[in-house]
Amino acid sequence: MNEFARKHGWVLGLLALMVVLLALTRIFQPSFGASGLESIARAALPFAFATAGMAVVVIVGGIDLSVASIMAVCAVSTAVLMERMAGIPAVLLVLGFGLVMGLINGALIVLTRVPDIVVTLAMLFVWEGVALLILETPGGSAADWLQSSIRGSFVIPGFPAALVVIAVCIAVVWIPIRRSKLGLSIYATGSDELAAFRSGVAVGRTKIAAYGICGLFCAMGGLSLAALTGIGEPVPGPYLLASVAAVVLGGVVLGGGRGGLLGPIIAVFILRIVRTDLTLLAVDPNVTVIIEGTIMVGVVMLGTIATLRSARS
Amino acid sequence: MSLVTPDTPMVRFGHFLRDNPVIPLLVLLFLMIAALEIMRPGIVTPFRAGRDGIISTFWAGNLIKFAIPLAMLAACQVLTMLTAGIDLSVGIVATVAAFVCATLSAIWGVTPAVLVALATGLMVGLVNGIGVGLVRVHPLIMTLGTGLIATGCLQVYQRLVINAGSEIPSFLEWLGIGRTFGMPNGLFLFIPFALFIFWLMRMTGFGRLLFALGSNEHAAKLSGVRSWQVYVALYVLSGLIAAIAGLLYLGMIRQTSLSLANPLLLPSVAAAVIGGTSIFGGRGSFAGAIVGALIIRVLDTVLTLMQMPEGARTALFGIIILAVTAIYVRITGSR
Repeated sequence: MNEFARKHGWVLGLLALMVVLLALTRIFQPSFGASGLESIARAALPFAFATAGMAVVVIVGGIDLSVASIMAVCAVSTAVLMERMAGIPAVLLVLGFGLVMGLINGALIVLTRVPDIVVTLAMLFVWEGVALLILETPGGSAADWLQSSIRGSFVIPGFPAALVVIAVCIAVVWIPIRRSKLGLSIYATGSDELAAFRSGVAVGRTKIAAYGICGLFCAMGGLSLAALTGIGEPVPGPYLLASVAAVVLGGVVLGGGRGGLLGPIIAVFILRIVRTDLTLLAVDPNVTVIIEGTIMVGVVMLGTIATLRSARS
Repeated sequence: MSLVTPDTPMVRFGHFLRDNPVIPLLVLLFLMIAALEIMRPGIVTPFRAGRDGIISTFWAGNLIKFAIPLAMLAACQVLTMLTAGIDLSVGIVATVAAFVCATLSAIWGVTPAVLVALATGLMVGLVNGIGVGLVRVHPLIMTLGTGLIATGCLQVYQRLVINAGSEIPSFLEWLGIGRTFGMPNGLFLFIPFALFIFWLMRMTGFGRLLFALGSNEHAAKLSGVRSWQVYVALYVLSGLIAAIAGLLYLGMIRQTSLSLANPLLLPSVAAAVIGGTSIFGGRGSFAGAIVGALIIRVLDTVLTLMQMPEGARTALFGIIILAVTAIYVRITGSR
């Protein structure tokens, strides 16, 4: 138990923080209940998927600045495809697009040997352009069943469906990978690329696969964007910054090799709940931005100091 | 040395280019200008279109004018990248400085407004420097975070001064849109600035410390470098440069907006990277970044002239940046 607590200390701390925040919300607004929880979960959808994708590439030792742009491409292709064809093939196609875009990012990083920040910075423009080519102005429409799939409760009243969507989608992709050889290779590559290479890990292929997974999560994020708004919006949203913040807050170390996906997802919810609380307290939304930024910087500072301490002792 | 090293000519050429990163970039710049001239005869050389002059000073002046703020922000990236960092708050710092200056000029007068604007850049830089140098937060995260905080502060501030109106100081307008002998007046600011950066990077101990920290931080620390002092000074300098660039950009655009200089952020990183600055630290040149900024501006013009849909232009911009960097890495064999 002690070892479990030490190993998952960060995640447990985040979980406790989330519970405290939820309790605070209840105090601020006694009527806060199932519907409030549901709207938080719904708003968290695209952030959660962007964060999951970002977490995978950060674990492999990279960073993907193009997540928001890939999500924009997927959102507009969902909206355009769903007007023309049946829903399920359209969803599968969009997931395929996301995967391919991620794989292209990874392949370019491995083949050109240009630093990942630079490659994904350039690809940010490329995917943004592609989104604009698909749909010049916001338009198209997402199928009704997609929109209703993230609304309301799942089985038990008060248990938001959006939460189930997040949990199921991420678990279905990540848990098999985490348990497989690929998962081990991803952590090995992120922890020490040279050591991983010398132990026989196909470093290049692992990196490409990690970026592919990131693309897949971004596709889910794009689908959820289309489901949330009902249309396709070609301009990338504020998901890049938010996902980096949540990944770092969630205990994934920049530079790779450490952390999981659970921490970042909890961090997404923490950031969303903070935002809701501040709105309930009638704080100016602009001040909310300042507070969010301060929380992000403050938490990262505390985390860094904590790791420095433990490394010294 | 060529007698003892059995390098192929190609490898030696690569070494030569690595030592002089500006040369291939200048070649690329002139190739792109040539392409521009072929696409629209007369735009660069008016005599072919039946007008006076060999090189259009108007066109060249315009190119330089819009490259100056980009090159100044790229200076921030070059300096921070030397220590394996990056400053992603420069776009918003420039915007804040411009906005604060324009609004306060209407209330307090020009001199205090400019001073306050520069002080905001200094403040953000100081916070960045403390975060990166003392608390050891990753520069990417730290500067993203301060950028976020600054965005929020700007929006709150905007509501305080919403009725005050704005005024653009006349000397900034003179710098921004005035011309002397066909060349933009911004050069009066930029040439001393560039010389200062060259001097700082090549001639001073501070510059050597930046290179040392970027090449091997551990070795630098063991040799007695107090790294946190260098980081704080570096990020304060970066914030200050960004604020000055924002003021210049204000005079150029002559409008206040809450996202004035934000679109310059990613191109400034691109200009530094195209200019041969390594994102992993220890290698970089400001001359390269200046040429990189010019290349990006020419590229903008070429893409605008091609009359493509906006999406295709944006995508092509990304592809070309990636291609230039990839070829550069391939030729010089360095990252």
